[in-house]
Amino acid sequence: MPLNKQIKKVMVIGSGPIVIGQAAEFDYAGAQACRVLKEAGVNVVLVNSNPATIMTDKALADEIYLEPLTEETVKRILLKEKPDSLLAGLGGQTGLTIAMQLDKDGFLAQNGIRLIGTNAEAIDKAEDRRLFKETMQSIGEPTIPSDIANDVKTALDKAEQIGYPVIVRPAFTLGGAGGGVAYNAEELEGIAKTGLDASPITQILVEKYIFGWKEIEFETMRDDAGNVIAVCSMENFDPVGVHTGDSIVVAPALTLSDKEYQMLRSASLHIISALGIVGGCNCQFALNPESFEYAVIEVNPRVSRSSALASKATGYPIAKITTKIALGYTLDEIPNDITGKTCACFEPALDYVVVKFPKWPFDKFAGASRALGTQMKATGEVMAIAESFEEGLMKAVRGAEIGLDTLNAAPLDDLPVSERLAMADDRRLFTVFEALKSGISPEEIARITKIDLFFLYKLQNLADYENRISCGMTEALYQEGKKLGYPDEALKRLSGAGDLPGMDASYNMVDTCGAEFDAVTPYFYSTHGRICEARAFPRSGKPVIMVLGSGPIRIGQGIEFDYSSVHCVWTLKSMGYDVVIVNNNPETVSTDYDTADRLYFEPLTPEDVMNIIKVEKPVGVVVAFGGQTAIKLTKFLDQNGVSILGTSAEGIDLAEDRERFDALLERFSIKRPKGAGVNTLKEALCAAEMLGYPVLLRPSYVIGGQNMKIVHDAKEVRMYMERILAQGIDNPVLVDKYMAGKELEVDVISDGQDVLIPGIMQHIERAGVHSGDSIAVYPPYSIDEGMTRHIVECSEKLALALGTKGLVNIQYLIYQDELYVIEVNPRASRTIPYISKVTDIPMVDVASRVMTGQTLREIGCGTGLHPIPPYYAVKAPVFSFEKLTDVNAYLGPEMKSTGEVLGIGKTREEALFKAMTAAGMTLRSPHGGEEAGVFISVDTHDQAEVLPLAQKFAALGFRLYATEETAGTIRGGGLSVREVAGIRESDHAFDLLESGEISVILYTGALMDSTVEDYIALHRKALLLSIPCFTSLDTANALADCVQSRYTQQNTELVNINALEKTAR
Amino acid sequence: MKKAYLVLENGTVWEGTAFGAETDSIGELVFTTGMNGYIETLTDESYYGQIVMQTFPLIGNYGIIPADFEGNCSVKAYVVREWCRHPSNFRAEETVDRFLKQKGIPGISGIDTRAITKLIREQGVMNAAICHTLPADLAAIRQYKITRAVEAVTAKAPYTLPAEKERFRVTLIDYGAKHNILRELIRRGCTVTVVPAETTAEQILAAKPDGVMLSNGPGDPADNSAQIAQIAKLCGKVPIFGICLGHQLLALALGAKTEKLKYGHRGSNQPVKETATGRTYISSQNHGYAVVSETIRNGRLSFINANDGTCEGIDYPEQNAFSVQFHPEAAAGPHDTAFLFDQFVSRMEG
Repeated sequence: MPLNKQIKKVMVIGSGPIVIGQAAEFDYAGAQACRVLKEAGVNVVLVNSNPATIMTDKALADEIYLEPLTEETVKRILLKEKPDSLLAGLGGQTGLTIAMQLDKDGFLAQNGIRLIGTNAEAIDKAEDRRLFKETMQSIGEPTIPSDIANDVKTALDKAEQIGYPVIVRPAFTLGGAGGGVAYNAEELEGIAKTGLDASPITQILVEKYIFGWKEIEFETMRDDAGNVIAVCSMENFDPVGVHTGDSIVVAPALTLSDKEYQMLRSASLHIISALGIVGGCNCQFALNPESFEYAVIEVNPRVSRSSALASKATGYPIAKITTKIALGYTLDEIPNDITGKTCACFEPALDYVVVKFPKWPFDKFAGASRALGTQMKATGEVMAIAESFEEGLMKAVRGAEIGLDTLNAAPLDDLPVSERLAMADDRRLFTVFEALKSGISPEEIARITKIDLFFLYKLQNLADYENRISCGMTEALYQEGKKLGYPDEALKRLSGAGDLPGMDASYNMVDTCGAEFDAVTPYFYSTHGRICEARAFPRSGKPVIMVLGSGPIRIGQGIEFDYSSVHCVWTLKSMGYDVVIVNNNPETVSTDYDTADRLYFEPLTPEDVMNIIKVEKPVGVVVAFGGQTAIKLTKFLDQNGVSILGTSAEGIDLAEDRERFDALLERFSIKRPKGAGVNTLKEALCAAEMLGYPVLLRPSYVIGGQNMKIVHDAKEVRMYMERILAQGIDNPVLVDKYMAGKELEVDVISDGQDVLIPGIMQHIERAGVHSGDSIAVYPPYSIDEGMTRHIVECSEKLALALGTKGLVNIQYLIYQDELYVIEVNPRASRTIPYISKVTDIPMVDVASRVMTGQTLREIGCGTGLHPIPPYYAVKAPVFSFEKLTDVNAYLGPEMKSTGEVLGIGKTREEALFKAMTAAGMTLRSPHGGEEAGVFISVDTHDQAEVLPLAQKFAALGFRLYATEETAGTIRGGGLSVREVAGIRESDHAFDLLESGEISVILYTGALMDSTVEDYIALHRKALLLSIPCFTSLDTANALADCVQSRYTQQNTELVNINALEKTAR
Repeated sequence: MKKAYLVLENGTVWEGTAFGAETDSIGELVFTTGMNGYIETLTDESYYGQIVMQTFPLIGNYGIIPADFEGNCSVKAYVVREWCRHPSNFRAEETVDRFLKQKGIPGISGIDTRAITKLIREQGVMNAAICHTLPADLAAIRQYKITRAVEAVTAKAPYTLPAEKERFRVTLIDYGAKHNILRELIRRGCTVTVVPAETTAEQILAAKPDGVMLSNGPGDPADNSAQIAQIAKLCGKVPIFGICLGHQLLALALGAKTEKLKYGHRGSNQPVKETATGRTYISSQNHGYAVVSETIRNGRLSFINANDGTCEGIDYPEQNAFSVQFHPEAAAGPHDTAFLFDQFVSRMEG
């Protein structure tokens, strides 16, 4: 069936902000979908609240709404735009859920909008737990058998049917307390009894216990004609129990015999045929390693993180093909881009091994549980392609940017290795390696961890190799080490060899077909073969520029950097350069094989990058768009004679070196908060005294940075220093004057002569909250003209003094009408995509042109401060605390958010309302006719400011609740307030939350180690009840303004950013 | 670790590490792109006379499982990137290395299999040798030719495998049959009598089978003139189903021609399109020759390869015969076309 001509206008729903479990992969999928639709001549309406995405770029869709992804708003957009079709399977769970709601309440049918791709019935069968189980039963596909029992005898009967071992899960107990595993009837009797007793409704779930089973995934496709294929199989390194997003994953599955493989492949195809999937679908299985027994764990009737991984692992673009299928094409009609000759109805044959390694946020959350289970915790991932599992794993680990280039990692605690082996956590791979090196046998480790012996023996190969070279290096051993994936630096360290012969890498192509056909897309990975396909690949003769990507998505370095990298590539290509990209993140658009002229899927480390430079011989390398990942390679590249495009290595160093930078500021009489470096408690107290409290304390060379703290008195300095000094410090602790002023942020482009300032952003929260976690408003709302001029002048001076060629991001603070510089980053920042979209200045495009020598005047986008459009744009952070329930959610100098949303409106309040709605910060307010209350508990330092805020909430009709000291303050202002006992003392606050009397919480004062647990508990409770919880008076104030403004999801203006009004305010 | 060489007839030499039996061997070098199923590959007698090279780099991960054998191991030698010293599978009995040693077949590892695959893709299938010292010249390699392949692998005497609940009796002419063809037939209630390739049409018809199965097998189909003549005599007298070599022989018997492909189709991912329905299926394949579509007489193309358009199946309604180039019995590979055995059964039902 060819293109369905009735499809003329399609709405695509994106996945919204980046949160754990829903990251850049949906921008990759969505961007592919939009491109396919546009190529087919279809009018595309896009809704996505995430401004940092490529899919929300003007060129990718016809009408783009950066609006909240809620059913209400999407309905309004559908009514306004009147598309004939809705494509839902590419916006993650968010997009799918909204589409299903629209379908279920009849909205789609009423408005003549059809769901293209997989239909609602099929989605329901896959998503609804009960329907899914029934469907699987009806087609004879096994699920994990389980049944409910209300007494011991029933439990025993059920267990007999299910087969031992079984796990008992009591109903309605926290964390499954009172359950356990029974291997026979005798054990079950006891466990069932305990479980029934533990359950408040005397009910237990008896479920087949599948600990130690393998976890296998298949990425499949089906078209409307019924053609089915399995694109890729994947196998988890960890057995069932660890979420696949938190597991090391290999592709293809490596330990299955053909019988096992075909059994699961056939089951996948059987399932998608029975469900009637149209497009991509992910099927997850558990496989008993001791038999052919298996169970279907989950089916995701949409593109997913796994499908992005499978696409990059095989070269088969699942999202793109899914969209084509939704448009009516069948698989055999769609060509395979990679070969250009064969069709998309085939199954890729790999002639390499792919290893995925997760990137976890535990460095940002000291003290958080690192245990891995069924709740995903990773924020991102890296992928590596290699000829062997060992090499793939080594590449993945060093590309994950966790400070390792081998599997040797120091343990985090002093438990014996045998005990640590039993813990499924983010360190497990390294614990296993440590165990192997200490002589524990693979068999023993397999017994404890249930990791397949195949993988353990591969790790044993690495351990054996390291033991061999510890006695000295030879040429043959060196060759072997390179093939196992060791970088030279690691080999030197492990062998003690001073000098190594060195070895150039050669590159193979990912071609979907095991070299059976000629490939036309240059997508490379490094090997050690004697033939290099990258060197042999025909070149256009145009000058080559290499763009370094930003690696895995993590807190602080998200999708924004991929946005910038991709735009840089596109601009340079359009300028006539041959552009090469290097990156190792499988979720991104940058690692799509048709983004750059050539793609190298490699870790971003000095040796790996240098090897590619030897092949590509670029005229310049771009480091400015790849976040810290790329920036930190600058010095190395510069020292090796590689030309850095844009701001020079010298300029970058000038901005990053504190002393040099201070001297520069001095020269221009630009202020920065005063500070000092200290080594002892005495020095610290002295410095704090001199600067005046409060001060900001932090170690220089912050790793993870969790030790950044604002302190208010000598007692707190003492506590902080004692703790830090106890750990032993190599570098001084920095003490800076903390000023609770207005924080501003500016992104600047300079060509060395002129300076363009697309926009100034003002943060809602005062300094002290990380800029990535603050709500940012563009344009500023409380800065006068004189100060604006001053900011522009300072920015111009700094940009020129640093020799900026391209972008620079400057953060300012205004305190008592004085302007201070906090930080200067000579690179693309997090705010680039957002400002680009609302100012109409394609910042990365302009910066890329400037880097290659064009001037701002030539480009013609103006200089100085860009005129302000008639809109406010508000960026709000989004956190993943639902996934990381035990972490300290108190906002401070260390960034904690994983993503962001944008709200655009004619007034600051309208934009703020949209941003807060999009970020999920909605609350019951008296306006909705509902009873509402605000619970306020603030620190002593904040008492002075709490009264006006309380008055504001009271005026809005909120009842006031407060803890003792705060209540006193509020009462003193003549307001009536209900006093709530401290969280430590009683459950009073929790009861009020549960009873629904409190609808929003403002809590400051969790800065002490002793009270942080209180806040974590309160926050967790609020999260469970969807009650917003703020830790800054400023955020709460903004929220009150929002409520006061009476905006609702029905009365805001729907803003199409492709049709923004241009008239300057 | 002992050195070994892979010497190609075009003179290129690849140094690797020996495994398997310590002997030298000459054969026709072919590659297969299947990512697993090496046990089935090693025991597929269609590879008779050939040196098999795996494009997937990790081989032997789940060891050797005798229950999965498709026949005797007839390959001349085995070429891999890496073989697994510590296989892991609940059914694994030994390593690939030990298996090859027992069978007297040499292997070579540590070879850039991708580079050689590309060479074959560009220059076509060629002869090669695995040796432990470099040969003085390439004469022996160049002269090598696979001959009397079917004769070498066919059953030496007839035997019968009964179905549990017999519905039909099928005679399978064994040109090197994969065991899974038998299993698929038996599963469907067919008692299968396996007869040697030289069995005459008269002998076969005398047993009054409900259907005749023409199996897969090695070598150039055109070399089997005696067998082709016998098939011609069977046509129209009994329902016939041919697979792979059986498909080619049936086509030759009915007047079509075959040709050698540049480098064949070997793997588990080949798309075949059913002309009647437009459905495309993923199939397992292992063949170096193909029926020339334009020369088909008395029949119509039922399947074509969705990649290169070559003939993948023919239906002969007048003869009540049909055949496919790919392997519906899979092993190794996808089971997506197993329904063809059902079709064979329905033809026997009349």
